[in-house]
Amino acid sequence: MSDAIIEVENLTIGFGEGKNRIAAVKGVDFTVTEGENFGLVGESGCGKSTILRALAGLNEDWSGRIRLCGRDMDKKRPRALRRLAQMVFQDPFGSLHPKHTVDRILSEPLEIHGMDDVEGRVRLALDQVQLEPVHRFRYPHQMSGGQRQRVAIARALILQPKVILLDEPTSALDVSIQAEVLNLLQDLGQQMGLTYVLVSHDLGVVAHMCRRLAIMRQGEIVETAMAEELERGKLVHPYSRQLLVASRGYDRNAIDAFLDH
Amino acid sequence: MPPSWRRWLLSDAPTSRRQARAARAYLGWIAFSRNPLAMLGLVIFLALLASALFAPALAPLDPVSGDLANRLLAPGGEYWLGTDQQGRDIWSRIIYGSRTTLLIVFMVAVTAAPIGIVIGASAGYLGGWVETVLMRLTDAFLAFPKLVLALAFAAALGSGIENAILAIALTAWPPYARIARAETLAVRGTDYVAAAKLNGASDLRIVLGHIMPMCLPSLIVRVSLDMAGVILIAAGLGFLGLGVAPPQPEWGSMVSEGRSQILEQWWVCTYPGVAIFLVSLGFNLIGDGLRDVLDPREGRDG
Repeated sequence: MSDAIIEVENLTIGFGEGKNRIAAVKGVDFTVTEGENFGLVGESGCGKSTILRALAGLNEDWSGRIRLCGRDMDKKRPRALRRLAQMVFQDPFGSLHPKHTVDRILSEPLEIHGMDDVEGRVRLALDQVQLEPVHRFRYPHQMSGGQRQRVAIARALILQPKVILLDEPTSALDVSIQAEVLNLLQDLGQQMGLTYVLVSHDLGVVAHMCRRLAIMRQGEIVETAMAEELERGKLVHPYSRQLLVASRGYDRNAIDAFLDH
Repeated sequence: MPPSWRRWLLSDAPTSRRQARAARAYLGWIAFSRNPLAMLGLVIFLALLASALFAPALAPLDPVSGDLANRLLAPGGEYWLGTDQQGRDIWSRIIYGSRTTLLIVFMVAVTAAPIGIVIGASAGYLGGWVETVLMRLTDAFLAFPKLVLALAFAAALGSGIENAILAIALTAWPPYARIARAETLAVRGTDYVAAAKLNGASDLRIVLGHIMPMCLPSLIVRVSLDMAGVILIAAGLGFLGLGVAPPQPEWGSMVSEGRSQILEQWWVCTYPGVAIFLVSLGFNLIGDGLRDVLDPREGRDG
């Protein structure tokens, strides 16, 4: 068994203060081993993106334990540890600064971390995500959604992280582009030995990308399964089965049989 | 423009950040120059600039000392726009007065706008007690009418152009702080700011490099629209004797000096008034044009 790269124990995340506090994630535990792609699945509002943001260090209001690469993460994450995990956001139109060129978007992280050979690394990153050198000095609004998402992936890769957190990376893209981006992510993951945590409500995408997945509902993990079990429909928890049926398309009888949890 | 420059500017594959920025500016210029009213504003502004730069060449007579034998002459002949009660040529005084106006406008823009954007962006990004302190301070300044506050400052500081500029700048920044804060609140939660945090960017880098560029367009528009108001306040201070010390020409004080003869010798206060009106109009037109280019949200018909 290879090493655990992400260990999450009793992770609880809430929003708001005092009486108005709402627990978005309630005591979640999971472990991801190196190179194993892990999926978090569930309906909107189940807390899957919240977990991802806490893993990335964007949400500082959590309790429990998060370990990345064997190191305990504090709530305030120092600059050097930020390099361990990078994130690709859902909306490629909102995740790139509208007034920065691709060149600036990619070289700024290198400047922040004082890395050498900025020129070479930017070129390499563009090449890795299959963008042409002509794209380097464009602004985001001069590119298509798929090209922008490639830039966002390049930005996540440029600091050479161990873990990439993917927050619905394809749901804002055209169907024809989705497969391209997913295949690109898969190739890069194998080449660079990355570990992905993929958040999605699309079971098909998760089954394609991940070896193992957790199904979440209302801030809790109801079931952890292997991707093959998902494909063979061998899910145990009633909610997971319901989600699986729902993902196969609309069926009157199936919907009528649904239980409201 | 040589076609090779045009091709360089409109290239779809710029080869440097400089070229990308120049191309963006050029596209903005094309949009701006399609607006005839904005171009009229630009022409007025350039005329103001030219008259300030080349005042000695454009003014036929000495603006400061006059010939008392020729006082209050009607427009015509040697004195295009007539003379005032001290026999000074009004046209020459208007030309030299443009230097004062331009200086005030420029100094207020370069002091008040940066103060406003720094206060507003820091308040909006940092939140908490920093925001409370900074924004209540802003509210305190906003609670007074601009002209009254500027009058109070100018009276406390004494007359003189430096003090007039300081007084106007002190009253001009609060609206900029509010705009910058509002823009910052909209930008603070975006994914690109989150991505910058993930990359390890410091708060200072995020505010300077990621948030302020997003505040700039609406701020530039607001500043250029406010310039008309600044000119009017400067003229008002001059009118009340709190601006430029006489005998230096200043449009506001010229209007003031002519008010006792407004019916008999109407030209003494009318022509400086026309100058104030034209320049204010010019800045307003530029501001409207810039808004359409930089801040298209507000809409062309807005």
